[in-house]
Amino acid sequence: MKRSPGGRLFDGFNIAFLVAAAAVTLFPLYYVFAVSFTDPTEYIAKRGFVLFPQHWTLDSYRYLLSTSTFTRATLVSVFLASVGTALSLIVTSALAYGLSRKRLMGRRAIMLMILFTLLFNPGLIPPYLLVRDLGLIDSLWSLILPVLTSGWYVALMRSFFDGIPPELEESGVIDGSSDIGVFFRIVLPLSMPALAAFGLFYAVAYWNTFFTAVLYINDNAKWPLQLVLQNMLIDSSTQAGGSAAAEMMAEQQIPPETLKMAAVVIATLPIVCVYPFLQKHFAKGVMLGSVKG
Amino acid sequence: MSARAKAAAGHPAQRAAAPSRNAVLSRLRRDKYLYALVAPGVLFFLLFKYVPMWGVVISFQEYSPYMGVLHSKWVGFEQFARFFSDRDFGTLFRNTMAISLLNLIFFFPLPVLLSLLLNELRNAYVKKWIQSIVYLPHFLSWVIVAGISFLLLSQSSGIINQLLVSLGFGKYDFLTNEHSFWALLTAQTIWKETGWGTIIFLAAIAGVDPQLYEAAKMDGAGRLRQAWHVTLPGIRSVVVILLILRLGHVMDVGFEQVFLMMNGAVSDVADVFETYVYRLGIQQGQFSFSTAVGLFKSVVGLILVIGANRLAKRYGEEGIY
Repeated sequence: MKRSPGGRLFDGFNIAFLVAAAAVTLFPLYYVFAVSFTDPTEYIAKRGFVLFPQHWTLDSYRYLLSTSTFTRATLVSVFLASVGTALSLIVTSALAYGLSRKRLMGRRAIMLMILFTLLFNPGLIPPYLLVRDLGLIDSLWSLILPVLTSGWYVALMRSFFDGIPPELEESGVIDGSSDIGVFFRIVLPLSMPALAAFGLFYAVAYWNTFFTAVLYINDNAKWPLQLVLQNMLIDSSTQAGGSAAAEMMAEQQIPPETLKMAAVVIATLPIVCVYPFLQKHFAKGVMLGSVKG
Repeated sequence: MSARAKAAAGHPAQRAAAPSRNAVLSRLRRDKYLYALVAPGVLFFLLFKYVPMWGVVISFQEYSPYMGVLHSKWVGFEQFARFFSDRDFGTLFRNTMAISLLNLIFFFPLPVLLSLLLNELRNAYVKKWIQSIVYLPHFLSWVIVAGISFLLLSQSSGIINQLLVSLGFGKYDFLTNEHSFWALLTAQTIWKETGWGTIIFLAAIAGVDPQLYEAAKMDGAGRLRQAWHVTLPGIRSVVVILLILRLGHVMDVGFEQVFLMMNGAVSDVADVFETYVYRLGIQQGQFSFSTAVGLFKSVVGLILVIGANRLAKRYGEEGIY
């Protein structure tokens, strides 16, 4: 298409605006990154104005990874993200697959039961009392079981499975597989794009587990990463308290900010690492069945 | 999703009229492994979604953990009456509405605008990069967003305040300022979610009939006019649906964000229903009272969502269920 001068002017402005928007998005992340590598004395000397640190140093990281609080919390989060995601994917896809098979009696009733949970939310206290009565307080299962699946994901995944033709099942049945065998050996391998998308969403949600841990985990040896982060980042700056972080900082000369930002970088790293590989899937995951086409 | 869901759910031919008991049993037996696949998920919904729904009955009691739900004293609507006559009620309602509506006014249009601009970008490579960058903050936790906010905005060493000082302005108290607290929350939401919000609009734009653009071009429409007369009307229904759905969730402001950004100085403007329930219920153990507050919020939410869905359907759309 021929481009008019006005069109080219518009293109120029458009690119400039979008690049600026990307820069505004990226700047805080870059700044966190820069601060985390800054030499503590330099950070103090420049009163926090360190766009380009003169001396890059790994001191904050070294210190952080040597504390048992931080490494233990990282392990807890890794456990949640791996075990939780695996369980969530299995339960969600098995339920969604079953509901997509028309021969399942009662599928309409089950679907309605699931959809109703999207409309009415009993609030905070009844689930808390349930978890307490189940004896799950201070157990890591309290961070997985109550959020194992969601009506949204079941509905989205079901409409994905609706597209799998029954002929495939039949071929599995002829080979002597049960429904379970068909599901694991035929359906799931065919559903890798959907599993990747939902896996990403679940993994991020488990990795970012914060509020359920505030509710259900009192024992700070079992705190996930986000809760330790909150303690480091927030309690010590604007609120009183912040015992764990304050202790960590009192022991060492490293000023809070560089240490805090190293913690932020470590907590962000897994997300940034898997992001490029899964990016092509997640738009599809959001769209599954929502906008037709 | 609903068109397909409905089409799939409503196959009358599949549901044989009143099958005999034997037929039911034999179908159950035939499909037993299919039921085994469904069972864990169904159990999950029954246990973790429906048991708590039943648990809201304690808002009509003077619940005591020692007596349990079965033996606690019933008090009718006393907890609700206490809440509605409480001074906190007005503050909580105001804060919830203010935060929600500011989001609606300042945040909601931005993903639409951003996707229109992204759509006009000719260079697919640049477009992909910009998309990757603006989607990213969506995946960060609110703890991290709060931490970054503190780093950037702190009065003593925040880089924004350093910048203000070097430009000759005074320092601004971003984090503990009652007057700008709502703006701070809105700005965070804009940073975190604007990019992610474009996904759905970009998909809708991709679905606009290319012939319409050809026709507009023949009529001499430039790019801006095409965007205005073709793209925007093409995604109007998606925008309207999302707007209506957002209105249905006007009582939900996102607990974690407020909880993390709240501090003593801003508690008057920051306290919302969710944080109030947490404080009184979990921290102070007033289970019945805080369940009543939560139930009030949920019932209003339920009415709003159902109303919003009706509205969407009246608009000639499918709604969500």
